[in-house]
Amino acid sequence: MKHTGAKITLALIACAIFAGLLPVAWLGLGEGEKALDAYTLRVIAFTLWQALLSTAISALLGVAAAFALARRQFWGRAVLVRLLALPMALPAIVVVLGIIGIFGAEGPLAGLLPLYGLTGILLAHVFFNAPLVARLTLSALGTIPPEQLRLAAQLGFSDGAHLRHVDWPVLRQALPGALLLVFLLCAASFTIVLTLGGGPQATTLEVAIYQALRFDFDPARATLLALVQIVLCGLLGLGVLRFSSPIQAQDALRLARHRYDGQSMTARLQDILFISLLVVLLLPPLAALVASGIMSLSIQTAFFTALATSLVLASATAIFACTLAWVMATGPARVSTLASQAGLILPPAVIATGWFILASKGPGLSPVALPLIAALNSLMALPFAYGALAPALRRLLKSHDRLCDSLEISGWNRLRRIDLPSAKAPLSLGLAMAALVSLGDLSAILFFGSGQYVTLPALIYQQMGSYRMEGAMGTALILALLSFTLLWAAERGSERHA
Amino acid sequence: MLELRDVIFRYPGLVMRFNFHMERGSFTAIIGPSGGGKSTLLSLIAGFETPQSGTISIAGRDVTHEPPSQRPLSMIFQDNNLFAHLDIFTNVALGVSPSLKLDEAQRQAVTDAIMKVGLAGKEKRKPGELSGGERQRAAIARVLVRDRPLLLLDEPFTALGPALRQDMLELLKSLHDERGLTTLMVTHHPEDASTAASHVAFLADGEIKAYRKTKNMFRAKNMPGLAAYLGNTPRSP
Amino acid sequence: MKKLFLATTALLAFTLSAEAKATLTIYTYESFISEWGPGAKIKANFEKSCECTVNYVGLGDGVAMLNRVKLEAQNTEADVVLGLDTNLTAEAAATGLFAEHKQDASKAKTPLPWADPLFLPFDYAHFAIVYDTEKLPTPPASLKELVEGGGDAKIILQDPRSSTPGLGFLLWMKKVYGDGAADAWKKLKPRILTTTPGWSEAYALFTKGEAAMVFSYTTSPAYHVIAENSARYKATTFSEGHYLQVEVAGVIKGSPEEELGRKFLAFMLEPGFQDEIPQGNWMLPAGKTSTPLPAAFNELVKPETTLLYSPEEVAQNRRAWIDEWLNSQTQ
Repeated sequence: MKHTGAKITLALIACAIFAGLLPVAWLGLGEGEKALDAYTLRVIAFTLWQALLSTAISALLGVAAAFALARRQFWGRAVLVRLLALPMALPAIVVVLGIIGIFGAEGPLAGLLPLYGLTGILLAHVFFNAPLVARLTLSALGTIPPEQLRLAAQLGFSDGAHLRHVDWPVLRQALPGALLLVFLLCAASFTIVLTLGGGPQATTLEVAIYQALRFDFDPARATLLALVQIVLCGLLGLGVLRFSSPIQAQDALRLARHRYDGQSMTARLQDILFISLLVVLLLPPLAALVASGIMSLSIQTAFFTALATSLVLASATAIFACTLAWVMATGPARVSTLASQAGLILPPAVIATGWFILASKGPGLSPVALPLIAALNSLMALPFAYGALAPALRRLLKSHDRLCDSLEISGWNRLRRIDLPSAKAPLSLGLAMAALVSLGDLSAILFFGSGQYVTLPALIYQQMGSYRMEGAMGTALILALLSFTLLWAAERGSERHA
Repeated sequence: MLELRDVIFRYPGLVMRFNFHMERGSFTAIIGPSGGGKSTLLSLIAGFETPQSGTISIAGRDVTHEPPSQRPLSMIFQDNNLFAHLDIFTNVALGVSPSLKLDEAQRQAVTDAIMKVGLAGKEKRKPGELSGGERQRAAIARVLVRDRPLLLLDEPFTALGPALRQDMLELLKSLHDERGLTTLMVTHHPEDASTAASHVAFLADGEIKAYRKTKNMFRAKNMPGLAAYLGNTPRSP
Repeated sequence: MKKLFLATTALLAFTLSAEAKATLTIYTYESFISEWGPGAKIKANFEKSCECTVNYVGLGDGVAMLNRVKLEAQNTEADVVLGLDTNLTAEAAATGLFAEHKQDASKAKTPLPWADPLFLPFDYAHFAIVYDTEKLPTPPASLKELVEGGGDAKIILQDPRSSTPGLGFLLWMKKVYGDGAADAWKKLKPRILTTTPGWSEAYALFTKGEAAMVFSYTTSPAYHVIAENSARYKATTFSEGHYLQVEVAGVIKGSPEEELGRKFLAFMLEPGFQDEIPQGNWMLPAGKTSTPLPAAFNELVKPETTLLYSPEEVAQNRRAWIDEWLNSQTQ
């Protein structure tokens, strides 16, 4: 009976995936098979190469910035920490336009970087993902027992020894999952790669799948390409997760969490450097967005409907994704971590098409449209919710196990009285992250929304589609403010209980 | 040996003020209600917190602004004293050299300390494979190899059962006497104080209300705070 | 989750109560029915005379609509599909799902005479290079000049694998260069700033000042004149002629409202529909409007030669031509 809940959830995710892939595969049965032609091989190579580079840079900057943020107290730190998760909620085109506002032909830093080509892709990917890595690393560093930070200070650990003995054990838990997440996000990148790539030499598998599914309407090819993506990303996932190790539970007393390392001049300079880099990376494009959005705030009825739809979907997604993540965190670590990435490994377009085929054979689309959007969003949000929730939760649950067993507290009572209250910090982060993914999503709403359900990102595209580029930036600004408010609330909730 | 003079530390909702002097070789137990500032006092002495004003000196040296690693003391916490991914030998060896570069004599010293606390043969075990009492023994072994004159303990045996706690206190007391340590131990159990301590400090509301020889402290009749704190707990004879 | 179920139930109830009158379900692209699109007024105008309720289902674009209908086949909820273009009608016809419109197709005013028995046009525009007069005082006068003329002014294009205008430019190149298209693409490559997934991204980049030219429609400048009172963005006239996009609608065969669908197609060429097109869709009407078009539309580029492949040619060659483009751009 061990891990029953987790097994059921894993089975559920497997069903969701197969419900996506099998109908598409079945449609394409017996049709063409030239999936692995030269074009596809080139696409695969480019997909992996740019994802690898993006991940490496994001990891370096993100981890170093997380250490700096953990070690230093400075004015504006709280705002900066909350801004870290913000890019996730912004549709890719909004971020691209923000970056163009700074590095583009008419931006203040015009000509500093060649924007169209690999550099531009990397810049946008690092803008999205370095803060994400920093946020997840910061959470992981927060799980270090405060006694060990003090012990390290007393024993006179050098920064190297501190990293090796105190930080590395928790990083080893959190980093493989976080980096896998970033790699998959970059591998599945679509709008950024096409818009900033400069031409079709920059094409990801995701683009090829989209092409096969849309213009070519070639389900056979789409299925084969999707399988290629599943195998590549799945193998990679398994490989990466081999390096993560099972968690050693130790419970922390509620001591003030203060770090004593990083006192040397080099460490101080390094921290200043990386915080500055993070600020320079993150703030100017956001400022450009604010500047162009604030000029054109137009609040119309369409806006309020979109806001309401976005909020309903984000709440449903947050609750659903975090429930899945919670249950999976009680299951076997590696399988769960890999399964949590399912929504990234399999392109949403394929899942959506499959689900649509099933729905149209059954009740038709309209009665199930909203649940389907929420479900697809949840699948896409699961890696984030799981990444935020699972490492801390595993640690917590393990530390509660013995006590709860001895007191015979179990089931609903344990969840309500013990586990939920003590997991408030990672849970609110997980909820916020999942909500942000849903707030920023465009693919599910475009596929299932039928024009009846319009979220803020869909509204942005409607405005852009009718020449209202400025109005779109105004809506994007509101989306950003909404996301920031959400993050603020979530971090407050978690700080009060940390 | 240890002197705190006009040390002031402000905490949200509580101002702490410490004036306190401890003789070399004494074994002082700090008792008092939760939230009174017991752990904060240890953090100030160890250098994890910095007072807003006042001076802290150890062995005649002003350490108020020295980083934790420069202070001539060791500290044992209630839990998490060991790094979970390192074996017992390595955990103890960290007390000799944080970079873990040990010569033969130092390795021998580590082995001896581990034997002394009764963990011989368990050098290669990870903390997760030891009992709670054994983990605290390993932490004591590290104190031995560190060889600093002042020892701070923050409720070190609270999680252990009564019999085991008694054993640990006796071990601690014998090492205290043998090494000529000066020891300051926060405890929830007044009977710990009578077992091992030469002196008792009663700390409440951010102040040391009384500091006396153990046998005098528990006879004191005119301290309402202490009586309320001790309540029905067994008195010392 | 409760809220979700409530919302869904409310929606169901709403659909049921509307069932008393006939309901005409129209698949169209989302920007047609957005707050700024012509959809809402057209619905109101048609409902005045039809004793029916119009129910729009908004999808991404023409390709998404066609794929949706293909997936649903006989079970489709659609009675009318509105917003395919001439590059898609051959594939749409091949599904066998569309019924003849039985209207007098000659009533449709398109640059080329209309004779398709299944699909009826409702608007059109020629593709054009739109340029920024502040950045480019003298734009190229022909496609050949754009491709071979040198110059550093860059152009933003759309990807023909994911975008209808992107496919339009590909066809334009093919029409002008024929077998030499691959070479022409290679020559053009240094002038291409980037190739975006759709028209919106390209146009957003263009208005942000990233490039002096973007691939768009002859009608685009009208928006800037009317809505922004700005003459900064203009369309070029190319001497080879301009490729044409015609947007069409068709009726689903055997749908319960097939006849009502035909009525809607007839209405489509009336002023009640056409009046909303110029400033709702920023395209040119394919039927009579009740008042003359705004002045800004008279100043638009009017190509003398219209270029267009037949839907069948496009359907047969699209894959090969896209591969040709891919090879020319990735070497």
